[in-house]
Amino acid sequence: MKKPSLIYRIIKVVILAGFAVVIVFPFYWIIITSLKETKEIFSVPISFFPRKFSLQNYRDLFQMLDFGRYILNSILVSIVAASGASVVSLCGGYVLARFNFRGKQIVIYFYLITQMLPSFIGLAPLYQMLSWAGMIDKLPSLMLLNATWLIPYSTITIRGYLMRVPRALEESAMIDGCNRIHALVRIVFPLILAGFSATFRFCFVQAWNDLFSPIMYMNRQINYTIPVALNYMVQKNDIRWGELSAGAVIAVVPTVIMFAFAQKYVAAGLIAGAVKE
Amino acid sequence: MRSNKKNLARNTKRDRLFIFFMLAPGILLVALFCYYPFLSGIPYAFKRYSLLNLSRTKWIGLKNFETLFTEKEFLQTIPNTIKWVFISLILQFTIGFMLALFLKNKFRGRGIYQGVIFFPWAVSGFLIGILWRWIYNAAYGPLNALLIALGLVNPANPIGFLSNLDTAFPSAIATNVWYGIAFFTITIQAALQGVPTELYEASEVDGAGKVYQFFKITVPYIRPVLILSTLLRSIWIFNFADLIYSLTRGGPGGTTEIMTSYMLNLIIFQSNIGKASAVGLIIIVLLLIWSTVYLKLSRFEEEGDF
Repeated sequence: MKKPSLIYRIIKVVILAGFAVVIVFPFYWIIITSLKETKEIFSVPISFFPRKFSLQNYRDLFQMLDFGRYILNSILVSIVAASGASVVSLCGGYVLARFNFRGKQIVIYFYLITQMLPSFIGLAPLYQMLSWAGMIDKLPSLMLLNATWLIPYSTITIRGYLMRVPRALEESAMIDGCNRIHALVRIVFPLILAGFSATFRFCFVQAWNDLFSPIMYMNRQINYTIPVALNYMVQKNDIRWGELSAGAVIAVVPTVIMFAFAQKYVAAGLIAGAVKE
Repeated sequence: MRSNKKNLARNTKRDRLFIFFMLAPGILLVALFCYYPFLSGIPYAFKRYSLLNLSRTKWIGLKNFETLFTEKEFLQTIPNTIKWVFISLILQFTIGFMLALFLKNKFRGRGIYQGVIFFPWAVSGFLIGILWRWIYNAAYGPLNALLIALGLVNPANPIGFLSNLDTAFPSAIATNVWYGIAFFTITIQAALQGVPTELYEASEVDGAGKVYQFFKITVPYIRPVLILSTLLRSIWIFNFADLIYSLTRGGPGGTTEIMTSYMLNLIIFQSNIGKASAVGLIIIVLLLIWSTVYLKLSRFEEEGDF
């Protein structure tokens, strides 16, 4: 193929670089704002780099609210939800990848359809279910709900990874006397580890970001998660931007790091199962 | 799908038990906590039902729908939703596609670049709203500072992007576009890798130009991905109420309210579950019609097994 012209390459680099700057800038802005002193945040002309670095906003955040507790709640909910969803989906995804049986297409549709429904449509009926079961204001409800909501996505993506592993590998292990579960754990699982880990991270991030179920189902402050605490700060008339920025940084940074190099898996996974292999 | 019959016969009783127990937990949970609440919410659409006053709950037939279609707050979400979905989708798709073409040939750091532009996808719509409220802030936001530095805005009179009736909706759409571009870039870029280079080489021998190649080779080859990703994105944009919730909360004067954020508002702030469920039902019907029509028009079945 001919080499593209120099002008084309320059335009390309400029556009790509410009786009990256536009994407990164809001993140940069929230981080430097969280590190500015309050009077610098609200001084004109605004500064694009802190004149003086300060952790005051973070200190205030932890003093004003029980933020350490919210971080802990968020971590607990996200880890349990992501683990639960991944394990359940590994089982389901395996069966959907390896067997043919009546109703298989129905199961796949059953999962795909959930991806199109707005998640908050079930919020109110769920409130009734949970209060009937005495599960309002209990963190395990959040774990259970988030795990459930992530099962369809994870099952479909894990099935996709499993379909790419040749059957022959486990079949030969099973001839050697390995049972199915053993073959799955020992032979197949290591081969899909990268994809499985991306799915786990995706689930973690989704549960970590969940806002509306804790707003609806958690009442006591002790059960707040990070997004609820931030929502509480945003809904006030007089928003304390310094502390809010610090809180937003705490909410954003772990997920960006977990997601950073899973981008290919995530994007492919989001449309997986629907495109012909 | 091949050798379907043979495999059906091959599942032994033990296999069938295995299939059942491996699938059951997932199906049971999803049925119980996705489908059941969702379906049991439908009757609420025909009831007066407020969490603030449960004792006044009663069947009222189509009353909720009648109220919705006579009030300005709901009616203005219809054109808003259409603009929100289509303008955002077209811009995201076009820019995303262009960037994907730029990323088609491998270069050092391409993986890292894609990781970086995918940052927003790790963040919820709610947090994106908070990030951008800062960017748009009239007095202390960097966007006004930039425009002032460029001499486009009078420093004495900065733009209140989110509080001004004319700029609020375009600003919300800009944020949505910012968020969605990377999805198209990454999926289309991945699809482009699958187009066999021989096709381009062969057409080059025939003297075909770049534009011809693009429309006759690239686009047809990755069509299933294009159709599916645009359909999914259109649905997700439609459902992207949490961005509106934290960016503008539908304001000023309802100019940025879309159907889903209006529904969310009814649940969270007004506890009016009956009316919210009526909106929910309208949303479901619209999404069903839209998906069917879109897949029919794009004749998707002929190419993929959705």
